[in-house]
Amino acid sequence: MRRSIPLVAAALGAALTLAACGGGDTDTEDTGAATEETGGAGEGGTLTVWVDETRQAAVESAAAAFEEETGTTVETVLKNFDDIRADFLAQVPTGEGPDLTVGASDWLGEFTTNGVVAPVELGDLAGDFEEIAIEAWTYDGQIYGLPYAIENIAIIRNTALADSTPATFDEMIAQGRAAGTTYPFLVQVGEDGDPYTMYPFQTSFGAEVFAQDAEGAYLPELELGGEPGTAFAQWLKAQADAGVLSTSMTYDIAVEAFKNGESPYILGGPWMLSTFEGMDLAVDPIPSAGGEPARPFSGVPGFYVNAQSDNQLIASDFLTGYMATEEAQVALYEAGNRLPALTAAADVASEDPLTAGFRVVAEDALPSPALPEMGAVWSFWGATEAGIISGSIEPVAGWEKMVTDIQAAIDAAS
Amino acid sequence: MSTPQAPIAPPPVEEGAAARAGRSSHARTFSRGFFVKLVLVALIDAIGVYIVMAAIAEGNQAILWATVVLLAVTNWVYFTKRAVPLKYLLPGLAFLLVYQIFVVAYTGYVAFTNYGDGHNATKDQAIEALLVQNEKRVEGTSAYPLVVVERSGPLGGGELGFALDVDGEVRVGTAEDPLHDVDDGVVDDGTVTDVPGWTILTRQQVLERQRDVTGLRVPVSDDPEDGSIRTQDGRNGYVYRSSLEYDADTDRMIDTSTGVEYAPNAEGQFEAPDGTKLPVGWRVTVGFDNFVQAFGDTRYSTPFLKVLVWTLVFAVLSVALTFFVGLFFAVVLNDDRIKFRRVLRALLILPYAFPAFMSYLLWRGMLNRDYGFINTVLLGGVDINWLGDPWLAKVAVMGVQLWVGFPYMFLICTGALQSIPGDIVEAAKIDGAGPVRLWRSVTLPLVLVATTPLLISSFAFNFNNFNIIEMLTEGAPRFPDASVPVGATDILITMVYSISGLDGGAPKNYGLASALSIVIFVIVATISVISFRRTRALEDIN
Repeated sequence: MRRSIPLVAAALGAALTLAACGGGDTDTEDTGAATEETGGAGEGGTLTVWVDETRQAAVESAAAAFEEETGTTVETVLKNFDDIRADFLAQVPTGEGPDLTVGASDWLGEFTTNGVVAPVELGDLAGDFEEIAIEAWTYDGQIYGLPYAIENIAIIRNTALADSTPATFDEMIAQGRAAGTTYPFLVQVGEDGDPYTMYPFQTSFGAEVFAQDAEGAYLPELELGGEPGTAFAQWLKAQADAGVLSTSMTYDIAVEAFKNGESPYILGGPWMLSTFEGMDLAVDPIPSAGGEPARPFSGVPGFYVNAQSDNQLIASDFLTGYMATEEAQVALYEAGNRLPALTAAADVASEDPLTAGFRVVAEDALPSPALPEMGAVWSFWGATEAGIISGSIEPVAGWEKMVTDIQAAIDAAS
Repeated sequence: MSTPQAPIAPPPVEEGAAARAGRSSHARTFSRGFFVKLVLVALIDAIGVYIVMAAIAEGNQAILWATVVLLAVTNWVYFTKRAVPLKYLLPGLAFLLVYQIFVVAYTGYVAFTNYGDGHNATKDQAIEALLVQNEKRVEGTSAYPLVVVERSGPLGGGELGFALDVDGEVRVGTAEDPLHDVDDGVVDDGTVTDVPGWTILTRQQVLERQRDVTGLRVPVSDDPEDGSIRTQDGRNGYVYRSSLEYDADTDRMIDTSTGVEYAPNAEGQFEAPDGTKLPVGWRVTVGFDNFVQAFGDTRYSTPFLKVLVWTLVFAVLSVALTFFVGLFFAVVLNDDRIKFRRVLRALLILPYAFPAFMSYLLWRGMLNRDYGFINTVLLGGVDINWLGDPWLAKVAVMGVQLWVGFPYMFLICTGALQSIPGDIVEAAKIDGAGPVRLWRSVTLPLVLVATTPLLISSFAFNFNNFNIIEMLTEGAPRFPDASVPVGATDILITMVYSISGLDGGAPKNYGLASALSIVIFVIVATISVISFRRTRALEDIN
């Protein structure tokens, strides 16, 4: 039998090789078959939806009703949320993307510049959503999907350690110190900085990241610099010197410390709540550090429609008819703890005082910019903040250099 | 060369058997082997034909012809009696083609394009996206409940149209025929239920023709300024007006409100005479632009040199440190006088058994300045900024690399040591060599001959050891003077990852990333070739 070994090996090898090249084609074949099924009587076609772990169950329950009524098969594909953005960008042009995908509103600029998403006409439905949700999903006058939640950060307070959150940062720190805990206040920074979490303090100095027009749409003009920006940079330095901010404080450490009652306050989002189960909590607005209101970013997750999808009709039917219902949005809320984007569902969710607390902060929040230029900002921004806090970057000059570098990166990309 | 090479020498092949197999080919003798071969090749052919059909359906010429050629070659090779060596080589060659040559060629191709954000797709897709994005609902118009209808009768049968309910009146129209009133249309409960001369499509029928339905534009009137009706769900229609038009004959995008014409430019974008560009572009070949940018743009070229030097230091030190530590333990534990050798060996291999990326993440936590195990417990609460100081971060990276890497070197050195034949050692002893002399002239050279190729490949691996840097430091701390997000512990591959935006910190630029990867490949290849030459010199000494 020795003689046949190379042969078997060869056959296996070739089969594997061919199967490997054929991997992608199998998917195509599936889509092809799906289209054919659409042509057959009694079938409503197949809709492929990319979802992440937290949302899967909720989408599937909405899909069940949809499947029953329309005869369409809804296939949910579980993806890691962090991978969706790049995979969607890469796969749509090849014709192999899903019909719908879960995504965040601040991907919108990149998605439209690359032409991978189709606008969705919500019609009168748009009025049923919270204003900020629609605003976040609007780009150049068109709505590109269906928002399902609003998420933003706020102060989560341990009611056993403090009975209120004062209106200014210094008062909060004083009260936190009076509580006698290890930390007066917890906020994650990390070695790479965390501009998203620091943003409310920055806005309280009046330094927003991009300019907005009269209607609140972002313009690609940096507003980070100038007097307010440097004032914020100096504040960062002062807080680092006072021991309030530290680059060693990562998300995990902060959450763990709060859970152990080591601080009355933590700045964070609804995603932290499941970790703090069993604690007596309240959610309060963020105190101002620079005098103006502290406005965090608000992210609005939702569903995008593939621009190359052959099933756009079913897709928009599913979105407007089934995912935009109170039932579906409440289900998504229960799955992910985020305030629903649909006003009626948000009212239901707000019966929970913590969600109501986040909702109050959301009213004053700023939509996370969807500009493609935003991609050039994060990494400089975070590194500079981390550098100022760790002491390796001089606040004023460092902040100004950061603004110049971001501008150079934006110019180079356009 | 007669030096023993047990760890890497291939097992002896029965050449006679192989040759005999070739001479009495299965193609000629209808033995059991022939039928086995027939079935296997048929299986491969079946898969191949499936791929060919899929490629035809996709319109992908490259995959189609590559598969056809591969299939033809496979069939020829296994049914001819003249291609005996190829019968063995073909699977390997096929793998080489698919997994190596294709990937390298594709990277090479991308390096000469502007593939990246804003140039993500083909021109047709870009045009389509621009048209879709600029077709907007006319402000102030209301939603119309509609049904999709099909013209009845033999003439013009099958033509799709929309029937709208406008305040109880039925209006119908097609792409060619603007909306007009229908006299006997029936509206029931806000839905059009009957239109004379037209068949109302059922939901199923609408779904069967989704593309046609979503693509249908029914003009509101003869005046294009009034816009046209379209639907996205087959139930509600809205009035849309497009502000962009594509003229296929002249290949121009025309702004319908201002009349400005956008012509395609060399960068794969539509550009107006005044230089304004439309946002969605497509992928075009840009020649050496990416290479020029990598070295001509001072934002990249200034940190590049620093990163290159650290990459070389990192790769060389990684190999040297782990090798010497591994060799030391291998020699020590190779001595019969050591007790519990098995246990000790198992303990030393432990870091190797642990997934490397987990080690990196764990070390990252342990090296945390304020809360890490190293500072708080091992060093008794000192304040050492392991990951925040440029030099300490490099030390930390090397330390972790040593911890993760030495067990591998320990393993191969142990193997090499144990494969040194006892008679050579004995002969050396008889010739009067002392322990030092024996070590310097016999043991070490033999170990080196066996391990040098592995050291070189280890160098090449560490040169691109993305995991340790990305998981341990992410390149941090940043160079305070650099204008791109590059840091003191960044090696070339992580630098490529961040400046080309693959980590999400900058706009994505696959073209630039590919160009830089090619540069890295050239560096690694050059160093490896030189090292292998040197290895041969080392073998000659023996």
